[in-house]
Amino acid sequence: MKKSGAQILVDSLLEQGVDTIFGYPGGAVLPIYDALYDADIRHILTRHEQGAAHAADGYARASGRPGVCLATSGPGATNLVTGIANAYMDSIPLVAFTGQVVTSQLGKDSFQEADITGITLPITKHNYLVKDVRDLARVIKEAFYIATTGRPGPVLVDIPKDVSSAQTEYEDPGPVNLPGYRPVLEPPAEQLNRAAEAIARAERPVIYAGGGVVYSGAHRELRRFAELILAPVATTLMGLGGFPGDHPLALGMLGMHGSKYANFAVCECDLLIAVGVRFDDRVTGKLESFAPQARIMHIDIDPAEIGKNVRVDIPLVGDVKRVLSALIERLEAKLPGAWQEKIQTWKKEYPITYEENGHLKPQHVIREIYRVTKGQARITTEVGQHQMWAAHYYTYTRPRTFISSGGLGTMGFGLPAAIGVQVACPDEIVFDIAGDGSIQMNIQELATAVNYDLPVKVAILDNGYLGMVRQWQELFYNRRYSYSELVNPDFVKLAEAYGAVGMRVEKPADVRPALEQALATSRPVLIDFIIEREENVLPFVPPGESLDRMLG
Amino acid sequence: MRHTLAVLVENNPGVLARVAGLFSRRGYNIDSLAVGRTDNPAISRMTIVVEGDDRVLEQVTKQLHKLIDVIKISDITADEYVDRELVLIKVNAGPEKRGEIMQIADIFRARIVDLGRRTMILECTGNEGKVKAFEESLRPYGIKELVRTGKIAMLRGSRYTSINTNGSREDE
Ligand SMILES: Cc1ncc(C[n+]2csc(CCOP(=O)(O)OP(=O)(O)O)c2C)c(N)n1
Repeated sequence: MKKSGAQILVDSLLEQGVDTIFGYPGGAVLPIYDALYDADIRHILTRHEQGAAHAADGYARASGRPGVCLATSGPGATNLVTGIANAYMDSIPLVAFTGQVVTSQLGKDSFQEADITGITLPITKHNYLVKDVRDLARVIKEAFYIATTGRPGPVLVDIPKDVSSAQTEYEDPGPVNLPGYRPVLEPPAEQLNRAAEAIARAERPVIYAGGGVVYSGAHRELRRFAELILAPVATTLMGLGGFPGDHPLALGMLGMHGSKYANFAVCECDLLIAVGVRFDDRVTGKLESFAPQARIMHIDIDPAEIGKNVRVDIPLVGDVKRVLSALIERLEAKLPGAWQEKIQTWKKEYPITYEENGHLKPQHVIREIYRVTKGQARITTEVGQHQMWAAHYYTYTRPRTFISSGGLGTMGFGLPAAIGVQVACPDEIVFDIAGDGSIQMNIQELATAVNYDLPVKVAILDNGYLGMVRQWQELFYNRRYSYSELVNPDFVKLAEAYGAVGMRVEKPADVRPALEQALATSRPVLIDFIIEREENVLPFVPPGESLDRMLG
Repeated sequence: MRHTLAVLVENNPGVLARVAGLFSRRGYNIDSLAVGRTDNPAISRMTIVVEGDDRVLEQVTKQLHKLIDVIKISDITADEYVDRELVLIKVNAGPEKRGEIMQIADIFRARIVDLGRRTMILECTGNEGKVKAFEESLRPYGIKELVRTGKIAMLRGSRYTSINTNGSREDE
């Protein structure tokens, strides 16, 4: 049977179970768009390719299925770059397709040519330039396989226009055969035994859990594991929701913007059990004084993470879910003692709080969002202070409910991600908690939300500053607020211009009614919360300090 | 310390860029990198000489392993192996010096591969030490041009670092 490259692409997507792609057309992808015209796949037209990549990323984070985006060659492809890098840093399964100039024009600086495989080499798990239509089906199959197995990550497939329009006698590519790619899923038994022994012997264990817990679907195992050995659980930003935030053993987030009790616990533990994490510098602070009294156990599917940043005493390479199940089988329940008591005392003594003073506080806004959504919303964020407040003041009890740019820290992520999340979870409440700076990086995606009736809610915590930058300038640059103050548009009118609902809230008492009204409408809503301007995120470990040296 | 890695990769376009890019991006030092096809045209072999302590080596190896095109990595530094480099040297060689230079070539079992009116090109293969000594012996005559390949290496005896015909990995 003869098929065009574009038809092979569409058929392969269907075979992979793809129901939605996020994209933006252009000359080099016209054959593909033509094939999509009558395909049984939902295409969401974003207003910028960066929006398409982030939306696909948000879709993947919420659903656990790979996100797919599509862009044209040259500027379309380069506009995807930030989104791809964002997915790479947070290990998100993303498959990005780009159009490319015809093969005979490759390498000639042709109109709208960009060497996108070269550009994305360091920010993809793998990438392909398909020069022969007969390779296309195999490449697409490999791309999905690579993106979703082992440590997930983005894969890019670059398709020249003559390849997508060429006809070929279609042949099923058969099973994936990649001799150099064999993820290890389970560590050897003797290593598990050694780990179990160390856990049994530990008197002051702490679990440090990250995105790997969420991605491997190991939240139940993590909970059972923690309850069995009575270890308190600190999570990274990516790990929020991987362990119920309202559990007595929950320590919340650790690191630079972590809770005091999480950081104290890490400083005093004798065994640190790191699960699906990568020892980011925002978590460890000064490396020499990180978990100074502890032996370190590290469970991760990516062997290259073991020993990358810190010395590891007990490595366990494998899928987090399988490793935790195997450990649970080998362990006996522990009884509470002095360590558990100490943790509870710390939790009481150093709660995460803020000062109410009659002004509108960002923390109050987030608490109210938590209350009116009964803790059941999917929260996305942009990057800055509001992101950290969203991490602290909303309690995440389920995985994949807190969706935020961790590794790259990409302003402009939250709104397009919320669109992707809403597509994946049409019946749920999706809130983008935003800063007034960040929202303006991809605010054009409001048009996408309106276009496709995606009722996302945006809560701007509007302080008139690039708040996180201002906070650093306040603390480390003698309050010299160099280019961090913003002159903003009227966000309410802007929302209305896009066809969304716009609201403004300036008083604490108006927060709840506004939120209730927002939830009562099935349209996209943007609420501009005018918050206290110079509120800081506390506690705060200054960069390069050890975790017990917290401000606030 | 310097380590010699034998790396088998799929013979795909861009694989050299992936490997080289990984080294530069992560700040590892490559001393030399030689690459060529193996007896299986689908597979190339790189010999990479890299400088670093055990920690660096561990990371280099693990990061290389993450590349989808990399099939197998063997650190053969501690093993018995044969290694070779090839050097071509164009040296000043007026008629009065040719005899001496030919004697030096003889000692190193080098070959004269071109003879000009005032220059000669010599070819020499050997391990790094020999190639270096050869270069030093010719330096006094005036080296006009010199090119070296990177180092290639192979384990001695019956041990090998390739993959056997049915595709599974084999070390002994
Ligand atoms: C694309 C991008 N550019 C710059 C930065 C650096 N940066 C980090 S936080 C921040 C300020 C964010 O301000 P805003 O969105 O208003 O949020 P707030 O901190 O006030 O809550 C900036 C500029 C970034 N993270 N991403």
